[in-house]
Amino acid sequence: MTDRPTLTHLARLEAEAIHIMREVVAEAQNPVMLYSVGKDSAVMLHLARLAFYPSPPPFPLLHVDTTWKFRAMYDLRDRMARESGMDLLVYQNPEAAARGINPFDHGALHTDMWKTEGLKQALDKWGFDAAFGGARRDEEKSRAKERIFSFRTASHGWDPKNQRPELWNLYNARKAKGESIRVFPISNWTELDIWQYIHLNHVPIVPLYFAEERPTVERDGMLLMVDDDRFPLRPGEVPQMRSIRFRTLGCYPLTGAVESTAQTLPEVIQETLLTTTSERQGRAIDKDAGGAGMEVKKQQGYF
Amino acid sequence: MTDPIPPAGPVYVVDELIAADIDAYLDVHQHKTMLRFITCGSVDDGKSTLIGRLLYDSKMIFEDQLAALEADSRRVGTQGQAIDFALLVDGLAAEREQGITIDVAYRFFNTEKRKFIVADCPGHEQYTRNMITGASTADLAVILVDARKGVLVQTRRHSYLCHLIGIRNIVLAVNKMDLVDYDQARFDAIVHDYTAFARSIGIDQFTALPISGFAGDNVTTLSDRTPWYRGPTLIDHLESVDVNAEIDRERPFRLPVQWVNRPNLDFRGFAGLIASGALRPGDAIRVLPSGKTSTVSRIVTQGGDLAEAVAGQSVTLCLADEIDCSRGDVIAPADHPPQVADQFETTLVWLNDEALIPGRAYWLKLATQTVSATVQPPKYVVNVNTMEHMAAKTLDLNAIGVVELTTDKPVVFEAYADNRTLGGFILIDKITNATVAAGMLHFALRRAQNVHWQALDVTREARAALNGQTAHVLWFTGLSGSGKSTIANLVEKKLHAMGKHTFLLDGDNVRHGLNKDLGFTEADRIENIRRVGEVARLMTDAGLIVITAFISPFRAERDMVRAMMAPGEFVEVFIDTPLEEAERRDVKGLYKKARAGTLKNFTGIDSPYEAPERPEIRVDTTREAAEDAAERIVDRILGHWMPTI
Repeated sequence: MTDRPTLTHLARLEAEAIHIMREVVAEAQNPVMLYSVGKDSAVMLHLARLAFYPSPPPFPLLHVDTTWKFRAMYDLRDRMARESGMDLLVYQNPEAAARGINPFDHGALHTDMWKTEGLKQALDKWGFDAAFGGARRDEEKSRAKERIFSFRTASHGWDPKNQRPELWNLYNARKAKGESIRVFPISNWTELDIWQYIHLNHVPIVPLYFAEERPTVERDGMLLMVDDDRFPLRPGEVPQMRSIRFRTLGCYPLTGAVESTAQTLPEVIQETLLTTTSERQGRAIDKDAGGAGMEVKKQQGYF
Repeated sequence: MTDPIPPAGPVYVVDELIAADIDAYLDVHQHKTMLRFITCGSVDDGKSTLIGRLLYDSKMIFEDQLAALEADSRRVGTQGQAIDFALLVDGLAAEREQGITIDVAYRFFNTEKRKFIVADCPGHEQYTRNMITGASTADLAVILVDARKGVLVQTRRHSYLCHLIGIRNIVLAVNKMDLVDYDQARFDAIVHDYTAFARSIGIDQFTALPISGFAGDNVTTLSDRTPWYRGPTLIDHLESVDVNAEIDRERPFRLPVQWVNRPNLDFRGFAGLIASGALRPGDAIRVLPSGKTSTVSRIVTQGGDLAEAVAGQSVTLCLADEIDCSRGDVIAPADHPPQVADQFETTLVWLNDEALIPGRAYWLKLATQTVSATVQPPKYVVNVNTMEHMAAKTLDLNAIGVVELTTDKPVVFEAYADNRTLGGFILIDKITNATVAAGMLHFALRRAQNVHWQALDVTREARAALNGQTAHVLWFTGLSGSGKSTIANLVEKKLHAMGKHTFLLDGDNVRHGLNKDLGFTEADRIENIRRVGEVARLMTDAGLIVITAFISPFRAERDMVRAMMAPGEFVEVFIDTPLEEAERRDVKGLYKKARAGTLKNFTGIDSPYEAPERPEIRVDTTREAAEDAAERIVDRILGHWMPTI
């Protein structure tokens, strides 16, 4: 062996993700990057900019909006689209908007209409045949078995028993008309890898990941942030200022905060490592449909 | 057992450092390397339990997951009241109910030296394909053996597959030592058995460990219940073996070009993942298959140009000269290029329910090259249980066979044993798009001459121009008796009368000469069309307008011929006569024979006809007279070479 330094695990994960993105751009007709403004999306966008430098990434960003994201997420979204030189497409399911679907009154229907249906409608509207997503295999059990190139039928369904074998780093991106691929370039990253990469590469993320005094109410065992005046306070509820941060970001009424004082990335990573609950625990979605919540959702077309 | 958690080894992650000095901890973890491995074993060898144990011991299980695990263990677990680690790993709802793992699952854990990606591969015979998938990216394989059962048929199969896919580091983990009272003699006997077998299939080196995934012995710490064993522990070993990327960088430089980056006229970068070797600006390179040379001017990244790039990095290179280079080409050192060939001996692992059809064209994807390939009948298949070589006519799901294949274009390659990226490939069905086989190149049957291809002084364009025409293939397809030959003859007469140089290849005529050795089985019909395609190609090289009239029932074969020709040269003419009408005409009396059962494999009766999806020209003979159709076809061809202004 020579004295060349060995590539670190992050360097290899970075190279793998870039390779995957370039493969999609070379083989798909109309790719798009799903951009949810969370930390995984932030890393994915950063990797895309590396992959195609000095060109801007040759595909648009798509934000499937529920109108209920944190305000700070909309701010970062617009800033990153400007800085990356990419087109930003925002899609809001018109039916969900017309029916006034919201997380306070409609529970699971909110996710279904705004996110699952919204995503399908958006992909159909622009005819995207490949969509990058920031899912990771360590997030959830059914993700652990999903391929990096994951095929969807024309109706966006996923068939876990009929996945294409994926050998070496050879990806078969061929598909029939109407079918599409979801591509997960950061499949092999863990939550810790994501944080370390953000730390090392100064990847911009939403400030909500860092602790700050924010107005909150405690409800059904979750600590919710009162992000705007659409938040219907129950009788007796008074928003309290607490030092909180978020481990994942979604619709603000559905996303639980943790009490924290971590104001720097090393402090956030420290808390993450010392914590005793998994990342998805702050989300309501996995608890639906017994133990198989995410698997069922994915078969229906959820990302 | 009443204790819900079995005695665990010490927790592996350095908790103290995280709490005491996070910056120091991050510094350690920023310098970790990565190892990918697979675990394989029979159904009850304890694979999932071992992986669950590794996750548990390295604190990759959170409290809420642990709570769910405890509840699940009591509900559906197989360990009584104790934690069933396997439940952590068996992901999909369907298989949790059946209690088996049905697909490859990827798991992650860290130690302070390495990040690990584990592919959990099922032990069932019918899932060879999943194991090959998991093994293809692995640096190391952990082969589990139940200490009570010893080396089984499945152990042999898994070892063979790991060796076949080129895994250099094999670990024989003799598991469930707790159930044989940590007996050294038992361990030694199993190692002895395995050594003899391993040698017989060419594994000259492996590491044997006595462990218990359930009780944690010799997984993260040396167990005092096996005082006769001095180490290493499983984790020690996983932390110290060489990963493939380190070995690959010592080989010659290879960059399969993925994508050409052209943001503006002043920048042209070649992007790809370095398969092997290292590169510096100023290095002399050669682009394959063209053989053109240049030097590297820059290695570009967003963070500034690099002084060196190595195997495993995704890079963008700029060259000093403007030479042709695009997706599928390979950049290599000028004095050390890989070979280029179009005929190979390979090992194929068949991954699809639909068996191999020898002679049919499949897409072959190798690195960033995609070509059309036809496969010969297997020389032999390997019985993965006995390692015997057996005769076979095809490859069924999970079959492993040695076959020769031919590609329609030269492929830049290396032997799989030397370079996984340039020697490993997949075959893709052209109609279903399924990945049907994984392949490993052994060697080229003859070296293609493309690197130093002699430029022909008289080009095909020059010949065609002298003839005052553009070469074309008018490929008539349709049922027997549909009117192909009749219309094809009319077309040729009209073209001839206009002074065009043509040649008509007719099915019956060819079968009397060139293809008289072929019958009417599916494989023979495919070969028939392949030969006709090759002849047609030579004739277009000579500048002729070639007219062919063959039933050519299979879409894949017509597409194979189309792929042989230059874009726009192949004109598919679908003579669309319904079966009832063709049978009613029955000019040659063949339908009568087929219906009577005296003529087998007759298209439309007991052999399918796959109609063209997008033919250039379609003729409905129930609505259009043969003369009119011929006129229309000629107009179409004339329009090609004499556009009206």
